Amino acid sequence: MTRHIRHAAFFCALLLVALLVNATRLQVFEASSYDGNIANRRAPIARYGQPRGDILVGSEPVTGSHDTGEHLRYERTYANGPMYAPVTGFASQVYGTSLLEHTEDGVLSGTDPLLSPFPLWNDLARDRNPGGDVLTTLHRGAQEAAYEGLAGRKGAVAAIEPATGRILALVSAPSYDPSVLSGNGSSVARSWKSLNGDPDKPMLNRAVRKTYPPGSTFKVLTAAAALDSGVVQDLDEPTDSPDPYRLPGTRTSLTNESEGCEDVPLRKAFEWSCNTVFAKLGVRVGAKRMAATAQAFGFNDADLRIPFSVAESTFDPKVDRAQLALSSIGQYNTRATPLQMAMVAAAVANGGKVRSPYLVERTTRASGATVSTGGAGPVRQAMHPSTAVLVKQLMADAVREGTGTNAWIPGATVGGKTGTAQHGLGNSGTPYAWFVSWAKGDRDLEPKVAVAVVVEDADADRGEISGGGDAAPIARAVMKAVLKSSSGDGS
Amino acid sequence: MTKAGTTLVAADTPAPAVPLPRRRGIELALIVVAVLLSVYGYCAVGLAKSGTVPPGAAGYGAGLGVLALVAHLAVRLRAPCADPVLLPIGVLLNGLGLVLIYRLDLETPGDRAAPAQLVWSTLGVALFIVVVLLLRDHRVLQRYSYVCVVAALVLLTLPIFFPSVNGARIWIRIAGFSIQPGEFAKVLLAVFFAAYLAANRSALAYTGRRVLGIDRLQLPTGRVLGPIVAIWLLSVGVLVLERDLGTSLLFFGLFVVLLYVATGRTGWIALGLLLAALGAVAVGQLEPHVHSRVEDWQHPFASIDAGQGPNQLSQSLFAFAAGGMLGTGLGLGHSILIGFAAKSDFILATAGEELGLAGLSAIFLLYGLLVERGYRAGLALRDPFGRLLAVGLASILALQVFVIAGGVTGLIPLTGMAMPFLAQGGSSVVTNWAMVALLIRVSDRSRSRLGVPQGEEAVR
Repeated sequence: MTRHIRHAAFFCALLLVALLVNATRLQVFEASSYDGNIANRRAPIARYGQPRGDILVGSEPVTGSHDTGEHLRYERTYANGPMYAPVTGFASQVYGTSLLEHTEDGVLSGTDPLLSPFPLWNDLARDRNPGGDVLTTLHRGAQEAAYEGLAGRKGAVAAIEPATGRILALVSAPSYDPSVLSGNGSSVARSWKSLNGDPDKPMLNRAVRKTYPPGSTFKVLTAAAALDSGVVQDLDEPTDSPDPYRLPGTRTSLTNESEGCEDVPLRKAFEWSCNTVFAKLGVRVGAKRMAATAQAFGFNDADLRIPFSVAESTFDPKVDRAQLALSSIGQYNTRATPLQMAMVAAAVANGGKVRSPYLVERTTRASGATVSTGGAGPVRQAMHPSTAVLVKQLMADAVREGTGTNAWIPGATVGGKTGTAQHGLGNSGTPYAWFVSWAKGDRDLEPKVAVAVVVEDADADRGEISGGGDAAPIARAVMKAVLKSSSGDGS
Repeated sequence: MTKAGTTLVAADTPAPAVPLPRRRGIELALIVVAVLLSVYGYCAVGLAKSGTVPPGAAGYGAGLGVLALVAHLAVRLRAPCADPVLLPIGVLLNGLGLVLIYRLDLETPGDRAAPAQLVWSTLGVALFIVVVLLLRDHRVLQRYSYVCVVAALVLLTLPIFFPSVNGARIWIRIAGFSIQPGEFAKVLLAVFFAAYLAANRSALAYTGRRVLGIDRLQLPTGRVLGPIVAIWLLSVGVLVLERDLGTSLLFFGLFVVLLYVATGRTGWIALGLLLAALGAVAVGQLEPHVHSRVEDWQHPFASIDAGQGPNQLSQSLFAFAAGGMLGTGLGLGHSILIGFAAKSDFILATAGEELGLAGLSAIFLLYGLLVERGYRAGLALRDPFGRLLAVGLASILALQVFVIAGGVTGLIPLTGMAMPFLAQGGSSVVTNWAMVALLIRVSDRSRSRLGVPQGEEAVR
């Protein structure tokens, strides 16, 4: 009997070994596949088990976390949600994240390995780092001015610090409050549905994700190309352009809104925004050269990240001369995001240099120690510095005595360009009002801010929409806010 | 030694004449360690969940300590030569089970199971003490083998008259208490099997017809085999009616192991496996409850793929996987996601998640040690009944741990059963203490017999 007891004992030992081997398989070798299963709630529980890091404007957070005491414990809250939504995006327990909440998720949620002073220790102790903070480049006053200036009208504002590429304001209207998407209840699903079904597209970030025909604001770029290529050498030299201008190879004639554009020099043509002059200049520069200049300013670049992606602004290099004439005044298939046009204004203000725009100044650990800093993007020379000086003059003149007088700020030099862009089938749509500008305080050494404003107001009468009337005051308010604080800083 | 009865007795090694140390001091030291570990776990849960030591920590430690101490005194008094490891393992596993149940109670404020479990544990230890004090010699049980089998069958039959709970008809409700009679029945059946096989093993081993002319497949005569097969069929039949596959599997395994140990016939193993395979296929095909368990085992994530969310088994697998090598720490896991039966059938998932592979292996090894000590007592004993009883009790533990632990870790199809000592369930914990008491008794007999001259061996 003893031998058989030993056999039975051996059998029991086999069972024990089987359990141990299987537990090792499950807990060590195949654990990651179970951990990664979408139905496994542990990852979301851990993710929402701690307060999410904050997104800061200036030194103040514009986000927060609310302890719900539920299974997924912390929900995102937003101070001034609609104003900052085009920057923060949303952080939903159901629908994921967008914009900065998305691109900076690693830092905010605490999973970024850089957050840990001792990464290996965290792996061992299974600790999650507290969420880090994201400090934006936004200027609170500029953002408020832009948001209040649009006052709910459809449109967008982008403002940049020309010397650095820091984005000072990024506003899109109509907007939405991202906090309605934070939780996981049925109201979140309802909000999601109604926001997505809204014909006004409140969740569309018009400042970076929508392209518009830039209209007359594109003439800044055409002027730069004409000066850079030597087609125009003197701002006050007559340009030998007819009015109306018959588009090359067609019977279509291009006219002007204002009188007296025939043969005017570039300075006057810019002041009065003469379509005929710039259309002809574009044709004389040539498609290749125009496209090269546009590209240098940032057009035709699908890879721009600020850090979330920016829609590609386009200038088509493969156009015939008639199309090129229209392209050169920002029509036909030329399209630009508001941010792109702010970059154009910034390049003019910054001696022709285009700085990559960026939105994240710095990410930090919860303790305040810096994890990473932004603004290391490449710098491009979009035009000769001498050309930039001339275009600056053109823009300054346009504000002093041309179409852009609404943007004038006492105690500062302001340069700007209006635009009224036709769009839709046969140009039937309500035109978009544009204004791009830069401003330099009289005591500043260099321009402090470059702005682009678009107002697309479907309700207004067609005649009343104009860059000077609708968009320029908004740009002015934004520039004023920036100049005020920079002179207040004494910098 | 299977050739003749005379060599079988002679093969048992004669007892050495040196006195064995009693080792009661070691038992006491191990009990202190077990109680301290349990209190430490209790405090760790509180510190992890609320940052403070739970207010009941001292009381809990004192309660568990007093229970263990009284049990130890009973052993000291009436089983002074017993194996010193058995009682501390029981205390540690029971203490750990209370910690895990208390920990899960924190997630389900409306449904607290730890206080009741503590009461049942107290009853279990009381039964342990009663058995150790009153049962002076395990061979007394041999006389009551038929009483045992009748009692076992009555207990197994009772739940049929009560409503089924969650698909299984294994509970009876008396005055607000749920009792699982099948738990008690398994000890009684072990006693009966041991007694019957001890009495009839010669007939079973050496008579009968050969099948296909092969020695090993010699089947005993129907007269000897009849009663035991009848009882086995009856118990299994009752269990299939009650849809308690786990216990059914356990009885079957116990039956085969004891038959093999008693007769040494490999034929039994072959026959047993054949019957098991046939039974498994038949039940797996015909019984929808069991069929779905097999399906779940083969495709644990089928419900996820079907968009219905994870089932209990996949939640259990998630819990084990989340534990990894070292675990999340007590109180820091999310095994409560398993939902229903997290405190009973799936208690091991909490251990796996919060204590990790390290803790889980330690628990498995504790069970392994308990089983090994049972077998060791069986080996050292001389009387066949005692040997079979010890082997039977140890095998029940081994099979039960394997069936439930293998089920929740996806090794075999899941069957609802209580993890000995760990799981919530009063009947189970009381039964387990009774089993440890019987093991203490037989180990005391085996070790004292080793230490004293043959003539002084007292048989009451």
